[in-house]
Order: sequence, then C-alpha cells, then structure tokens
Amino acid sequence: MSAGGHFLFLIALLPFVGALLPGLMIRAGRTVCAWTAAVPTALALVMLLILAPAVLRGEVITAEIDWLPQLGLSASFFLDGLGLLFACMITGVGLLITLYARFYLSGDDPMGQFYTYLLLFQGAMLGIVISDNILLLLIFWELTSLSSFLLIGYWKHLPEGRQGARMALTVTGAGGLAMIGGMLILGNIAGSYNLTDILQAGEAIRASEMYLPALILILLGAFTKSAQFPFHFWLPHAMAAPTPVSAYLHSATMVKAGVFLMARMWPVLAGTDAWFYIVTTTGLVTMVLGALIALFKDDLKALLAFSTVSHLGLLTMLLGFGTQAAAVAAVFHIINHLTFKAALFMTAGIVDHETHTRDIKRLGGLRHLMPVTFGIGTIAALSMAGIPLLNGFLSKEMMLEEASHTDWFGSHYAVPVMATIGALLSVAYSLRFVSHVFLGPVRDDYPHKPHDPPFGMWAAPALLATLVVVIGVAPFLAEGIVTAAANAVTGADLHPHLKIWHGVTPALYMSVIAVLGGAVLLSLHRPLDAAWIKAPRPEAKAIFDRLIAGAVALSRSATEGAHNGAISRYLAIFTVASVTLGYIAYRGSGLSETTRELLVVPPVIAVGWVMLIVATVAVVTMHHNRFRALVLIGIIGLSISAGFVYLSAPDLALTQISVETVTIMLLLLALHFLPKETPKESPIGLKLRDGAIALAAGAGVGGLAWAFLRRDIETISGYHIENSYEGGGGTNVVNVILVDFRGYDTYGEIIVLGIAGFLIYALMHALLDGPAARRLKTMDYAQDRSRDRHPLMMVVVTRVLMPIAIVVGAYIFLRGHNQPGGGFVAGLVVAIALLMQYMASGFAWTQERKRIEYHTMIGLGVVIAGLTGAGAWLAGQPFLTSAYTYVHLPPIEEFELATAMLFDLGVFLTVLGAVMLMLYSLSRIARFAGETVNEGPMDYDPGAHVATNTAANTVTDPATEGR
Amino acid sequence: MEIVVASAVGVLTAGGVYLLLRLRTFPVILGLALLSYAVNVFIFASGRLAIDQSPILSKYGEASYTDPLPQALVLTAIVISFGMTAVLVMIGLASYLEADTDRVDLDAAAEGEDA
Repeated sequence: MSAGGHFLFLIALLPFVGALLPGLMIRAGRTVCAWTAAVPTALALVMLLILAPAVLRGEVITAEIDWLPQLGLSASFFLDGLGLLFACMITGVGLLITLYARFYLSGDDPMGQFYTYLLLFQGAMLGIVISDNILLLLIFWELTSLSSFLLIGYWKHLPEGRQGARMALTVTGAGGLAMIGGMLILGNIAGSYNLTDILQAGEAIRASEMYLPALILILLGAFTKSAQFPFHFWLPHAMAAPTPVSAYLHSATMVKAGVFLMARMWPVLAGTDAWFYIVTTTGLVTMVLGALIALFKDDLKALLAFSTVSHLGLLTMLLGFGTQAAAVAAVFHIINHLTFKAALFMTAGIVDHETHTRDIKRLGGLRHLMPVTFGIGTIAALSMAGIPLLNGFLSKEMMLEEASHTDWFGSHYAVPVMATIGALLSVAYSLRFVSHVFLGPVRDDYPHKPHDPPFGMWAAPALLATLVVVIGVAPFLAEGIVTAAANAVTGADLHPHLKIWHGVTPALYMSVIAVLGGAVLLSLHRPLDAAWIKAPRPEAKAIFDRLIAGAVALSRSATEGAHNGAISRYLAIFTVASVTLGYIAYRGSGLSETTRELLVVPPVIAVGWVMLIVATVAVVTMHHNRFRALVLIGIIGLSISAGFVYLSAPDLALTQISVETVTIMLLLLALHFLPKETPKESPIGLKLRDGAIALAAGAGVGGLAWAFLRRDIETISGYHIENSYEGGGGTNVVNVILVDFRGYDTYGEIIVLGIAGFLIYALMHALLDGPAARRLKTMDYAQDRSRDRHPLMMVVVTRVLMPIAIVVGAYIFLRGHNQPGGGFVAGLVVAIALLMQYMASGFAWTQERKRIEYHTMIGLGVVIAGLTGAGAWLAGQPFLTSAYTYVHLPPIEEFELATAMLFDLGVFLTVLGAVMLMLYSLSRIARFAGETVNEGPMDYDPGAHVATNTAANTVTDPATEGR
Repeated sequence: MEIVVASAVGVLTAGGVYLLLRLRTFPVILGLALLSYAVNVFIFASGRLAIDQSPILSKYGEASYTDPLPQALVLTAIVISFGMTAVLVMIGLASYLEADTDRVDLDAAAEGEDA
C-alpha cells in the first residue's frame, strides 16, 4: 500500500474518531468544542490536498484491507477525480459549517451533540465518495441516512423537526434498501463487489437481462436521496433542521450523494434508452416543478429547499443525457451550485438569526440594515439566477447548450423549451429572494431589530461568495478539478475548456429569454401568488402521513392476527408452515431408490408397538383426566426404552428409563398444585382444525422417517468407532463420543442443564415472594391428602434401597467408559435414590440430612469438568484432550484410569445437582403452602405408639406436629 | 421394523402437536413430552436401525456396529428435554398461581375465571 493509501484510511477514519471528542470537549467551552470538531475535518482536508496533485494528473489512489472476504466485503478505498471533488467539498464546506455553527447555535443548544452528529455524518459522506467496495459504500450510504436523521431532528423539542427527521429517514432509508438490491444484482453480474471491477464490466451489465431491474433499484436509491420527483417532498420538511445542517446536508453534501452515485455509475449504467428516458425525464420534471414551487414559497428556507430540488433535477437531467459534454456540465454545476447555495442557506440563516423570522412577507428593506449580508446574498442569488460573470451563468449556459440538441421521444423542442422554462423560473425566484428580502422600504415591524452579525458568522458565506465571483470571472481556475472529475465520470480522456463567452449560440438566446422572462414573472408575483394560494394542489405531507398510517395499520392487523397472545395460534402457524415447506421440498426433488432391506418385526416388538400407539391415542383422547394421562405417558416412555434396548442402544435405554422416572415425579409434584382436570372447552371446530394440523404434522414426520430409514447414508461415525479405543481409551463408543470426541458439546450441555436448575430455583423464589404466595397459603388440599403420608413400609424399603441404589450408581458410573452407563445415567440413578427418601420421609427430614447444597453440586460439576478439560493444556494438548492408563491393584482386576472419567464425574455431579434442585424447588412450594412437615422419619413413631398405647388419631393429627 | 419406528414417530408427533395446541398449560406440557419422544426417536433413527450391533467395541475381533453418533446426540437430548420440561412446568405453575388460571392465551385469561 502506498503512502497515499494510508492517507485514504486516515481520511475515512478521522471523522469517526473525531466524533468522540466534541461531546467531551464541550465542557471546556463552546469555542474549544468547535475547534475540536474542526481539527479532524481540517486534517482530512489537508491530506486530500496532499493527494490532490497526483489525482489531478490522472492517478487513482487505492487502499485495501480484506474484511469479510467470504462475503466479498473488503475495506477498500480509492480516490479518483470525482471522489476528490466530492471529498474536498465535504471537508471544505464542513469546515465552513463548523465555523458558522459556532456562532449560529444558541447557548441552550447542546453544541457537543451537534458537532458529534456532524462529524458522524461527514465520515459517512466521505465513506460514500471514496469507497471502492459497493457493499462498503452501501453501509456508508445507510449511515448518512441515520446520521442525517439525528441532525434534522437536532431540535428535539420541535415537532416539525422530529416529523421531518422521520420522513427523511423513511424516504431515504427505503430508497437505500432498494439500492442494496440493485447493487447486489450489479455485483452478481460483474462477479465482484469492487467498484473498479464493476466499472470495467459496463458492457456485460448493460447486456444482461437483469440490467433494467438493477437500474431501477439503484435509481430509486439515488432519486430518494437526491430528492427527485416524486420523492422530492422530504427535503422541504427536513428544513426544520438548524440552518447549518440545511446548508451542509441539503445543499452541499447529502442530497448530492444521489447525484454522485449516478455519476459514479455513469460508465456502467448510462447510454441506454432506459437510462436516458428515466433519468432525463425525472430530472426535467423535478427541475421545473421544484422551481415553480420555490417561486411561491414564503419561508426563506423552503424557497431554497425547492430551489435545491430544482437544481438537483438539473444535475440529474444532465447525467441522463448520457453525453460526455453533459457530464462535464454536470460536474461543473455541482461545484457552482455548492458555492452559491451554501452561501444562500447561510445568508437565510443569518437573516433568521437577526430578524427572528424567515417569512419573506414580513421582510424587505434589509439592505441598509445588513449591508454585508445583502452583498453576499445578492452575489449568490444572482449566480443562482445565471447572471453573467458569476459561476452559475457558466454551467447554466452549458446545460442549455446540451438541452438545445437533445431529442426527446422524437421531439426536438420538448427538452429545450422545458429547460428554458426551468431557467426562467429559477431567475424569478432568485430575484425574488433579493428583492423581497433586501430591497424595498425599510419596515418598522421586524420581530427583532436586525443588524449584521459578527464576522465569524458571515466569514463562511463571504468566502463562498468570493469563490462564486472568482470562478465566474476566471473559470479556467476550476478546469483542473472539473477535468479530473469529468474524466472519472466518463472514463474518457477529455480536455474541456471553461469559457465565459461561447459566441452567439442557441443557449445564449435561451438564457436571455430566461432572464427577461424571469424579471417579468417577478413583477407579476403578487397576482400570481394569490392565484397559487387559491389553486388546489396535493399536499405531500398529508399523502405521506396517510401512506404511513396505512402501512402501520396493515402491519398491525397482520401482527395482531398472527400474534393474538395465544401460544396455540403461533404453534399452529409454525407447524402448518413447516409441514408445507417440507412438502414443497419433497415435491421438488422426489426420492431416490430405496437401498436398505427391511428388518423383520418380532412379536414382542409388535406388542410393544401396540402398547405405545394405544397409550398415545389414549393420552390424546383422555388427557382431561390429568393423572391418568401421566400414567399413560409413563407407558409410552417405557415402550420407547424397550425399543432402544432392542435396537442396539443400551445407553439410550438406561437414560430414557431414568429420565422417565424423574419426569413423572416432577409432573406429579406440579399436578399437586394444578387443577386435576382439564375442562372440556374446545369447540368441535377447533378440535377438528387442530386434529387436521396434528395429523398433517405426524404424517409428514412419520413419512420422512419412513423415507430415510429405507435408504443408506454416508456417516462420519467410522472415525469414532476406529479411534474410540486407540484414542479415547474406551470401548463404549457412545460414552467416548460424549466425554472425548464431542466433549465440548457435553460441557455446554451440562452448563445448560445447570442453568435450567438455577432458573427453576429462581422462579420458585420469585413466586414465593409474589402474590401467588397468598394464594398458596389458602389452597385447599383436603380431597387428595393421604391419611398415612409416610407409610412404614415405604420408609423401611427406601432406607434399604438407598445404599444399593448408590452402589448401582457408582457401578454404572465406573463402567461407563467401556460398557453402557456413564455420568448422565449415574447422576439420574442417584437422584432417584435420593428422591425416594424425600417421598418416603418428607421434605424436612431429608433436607436436614443433606450434607451438600445442590447449587454447590452444580457448580462443582461444571468446575471439575472445566478443569479436567483445561488440564490438557498443561500437557500442551488442546482443551479436553483425554489421557488414560491401566492400573493393576492386586486384589482387583486390572482397571483403567482416564481423565475422561474425571470429566464424567463433572457430568455426574451437574446432572445430580440440577435434577435435585428442580425437584427440591417444586417440593419447597409444597412446604410453603402450609403443608405440615414431620421431623421424624414417619408421621408417627410406631414404637411410641405401642409403648404408650395411646389412640393413634391424637398423634396423627398433623397440626400438632412441629414445623 | 422400519415401519414400526416410522409409524411410532408419526403417531407421537401427531399426538404431541395436538396436545400442544390445547388451551391449558398441562396438556401443552404433555404434548411437549410426546413431541420430545418423537424427536428423540427420530434423531436416533437417522443412524438407521440395527439389531445386536451395540456400539460397544468387541474384544473378539471384527464385528459390525450401529452408528453411535446419533445415540450420543440423543442421550444428551433426553436429559436436556427433561430440563426443558421442568422449566416449562415451573413457568406453567407460576402463571397458574399468579394469574389464577392455567389458560395459555392471554385474552381469555384477562376476561377472568372461566375454568
């Protein structure tokens, strides 16, 4: 990368970095704040000027860093003539605006915010003009929409400001979306997202059948941004912004982004009939319409806004012509429009600032009170009118010249006549700006006594007005940059000569007609204005508001229709959509030949199958009796476990059967607090609908299973089987996959399980602190309470079973690496053993004998598993690499010690802790609910009963038992 | 054998979906449990069915094994679906105790008790 390339990166970065500062520096005062905002801008401008000589010689400076190469997205920038012109405009005017805003903003306005927004916007704009990657360009494009939203709505307390900002964001944002589509199509055709490559592929793109959609989408983006008819309406509403914003965004930069894009894409898109008719016509209509409306606007800024619309139309039209000379004219007019329009906006801002009104009808006669402002405003306005010796004249002359030999649908006169009318109206409103504001008698009813502002405020417009005159008198000074930019637009090697006098040409006649006609029109302004006010015309904002309201109503009805608060509706929609998609996929490709032999069905399995089907059907039809449904669910789970045994999945069978047990216990506990019956309330129609959906889903999933079960697949399991013993040290491949090959997954899963446990615990606590607690206390359990809650037999059996179950758990855990078993199953088995104690002797008794908190157990499990994994680092191996060895202790057989076992211990502890925490939380609710608690192993002591020979009923009264 | 597994998956799915679409929390939880069975068996079956080919390496030389990978996936899925069911049960319970109704749709619950 060249030194210039480094500068390019800095230029792109500086405004964004600089945006961080003003918000902080405002504490040091307003002037310091303005300076910190000016420094990055000035630095960027200086770097641009250092690069300028090379670019003017025709070199292109590039810089590139790969960003997301998979997406074709790279942070690549380039600077050619067009980019240089725009970048200089952005930074140069940015500096002037920074100065102007320092004096314009009042003490109440948060200045730090303003400069931050301004720099963000400036960075986005600079990004657009120097991006070499269209995806990057699109990002910056959207950033300008966003940052301009902040700037337009800067005065948050003004409703017009907020509405204008929303409207601008909606229109330009929507256009930006369209443009993304168009750009992606272009990138697809060209096979690259780099502008440089796309610019080379013009032929292919114009020949492609996707050219027209791409063109329309991109033009939508450009037209919305550059306020072309019929999207012009947002610009006047954006004038609610502070004047520095209007001067910067709405004359010099953002609205020119659309024009810039059309110029940038000119070599690729221009030159076809579609381009000519769409772009030229839009530009022409916008130019005339904007100028016409501008003539009748009383708000100074609205007048300037519509005049900007008109001039943007002019630029669009010139680019639409598709000729090289027109491109030169467009580039030149971009510079000229920038100078006079920014000066005019600042003048309008000064007038507003000094007189406290922008209403032309309340102004007039200011030339004596504000001579400096008058001078600046007049020069700029006359340039806008196209009066000789000012720069506006030169480019307007070139425009008329081009218009005079453009045919439009076979008509030789349409374009020249319309262009002349546009120019004529432009003269009229420009002169109106001067005469109705500054000329005429001094009035005595200004809202505020005006005088010229301090130097700092008029310095920026004065500089621009000087430029207007200098370029107007000595146009050759601008030749270098115009040539470089025009060559970048057209891709040709042009040597235009900018002259004041072109001889007596049709353009001169048109110009004369425009000036004289404009003067006449202005003299008739009063009657015309009265007629204009009376005439009916569409109000863009009302139409826009209705459109937005319609869109909101539409999306609201769609959202509320789909999202009515009932989960059954979302699930129904989701199921139907999934089944439909699956069916479409099936219809699309069909199925291959079956390759597998079917296995025979032994009678035992057939019986199990019947049990499963009957139980499922029974759950569905009899689910209203909730307890019975739970029993049936248990049958299903057991049938599935048996199926796993038969189908060579012993580990799954073990897991399923133990999970089954804890699930049923959990549901039983929950059912204790829930209604025992589900009311029959679904109407028959709903049942039929749900039944149809359910059958479709079942048929779809079952059909899919039936389809793949008869076909072979390539599996990656061969690797696991081969390396299970050699690499993982275990013969139970499933367990080795869990603790070794896919150990990271398992690690994640036990964490999830632990979190679920904590979640339930937390929910329980939230519940017991809330209004539900009161309800729980008053709950009535009388009907389903057992007389003997902790029967002797059960207590004795569970005590005996406890050590046996623990030994079984330990056995299952230890053999897991080589035989079916492992941490998951062992954790569940031990959990069941503990649960039996809770069931047999009650919550309090068991709780008292608990040595370790379940929270701690979950935490320990995760930590042990994690440390085991990290231990591999000590051996210089990746996370969770396992090591193993065989140990021979004399009395026992040779056995294996593997780090994987330690990992499995973590799994074991987490599973045990999580399961116990879940069930513990549910049973705590029971205790809270005023249920009596026993501290002995049983509700009554059988020994005591015999010894004292007391009547049993006095002792079994639960209320007398201690808590 | 294949038709047995496929039909079981289909029936379990249909039952699960039907119950999921009910209006009370408890049937929805039951439906979720049925759907979990269906999904677990479905994933397990994606390794194709095999009899007497447990993925436990044999000490006695060559043997053929069923696909262990779906089994490992399903093993954790079974445990996780238990965790999910438990969370759902707790949420259902909490909403019943707070709102005094176990309906799953908000609007009807707002109308008051009709259960």
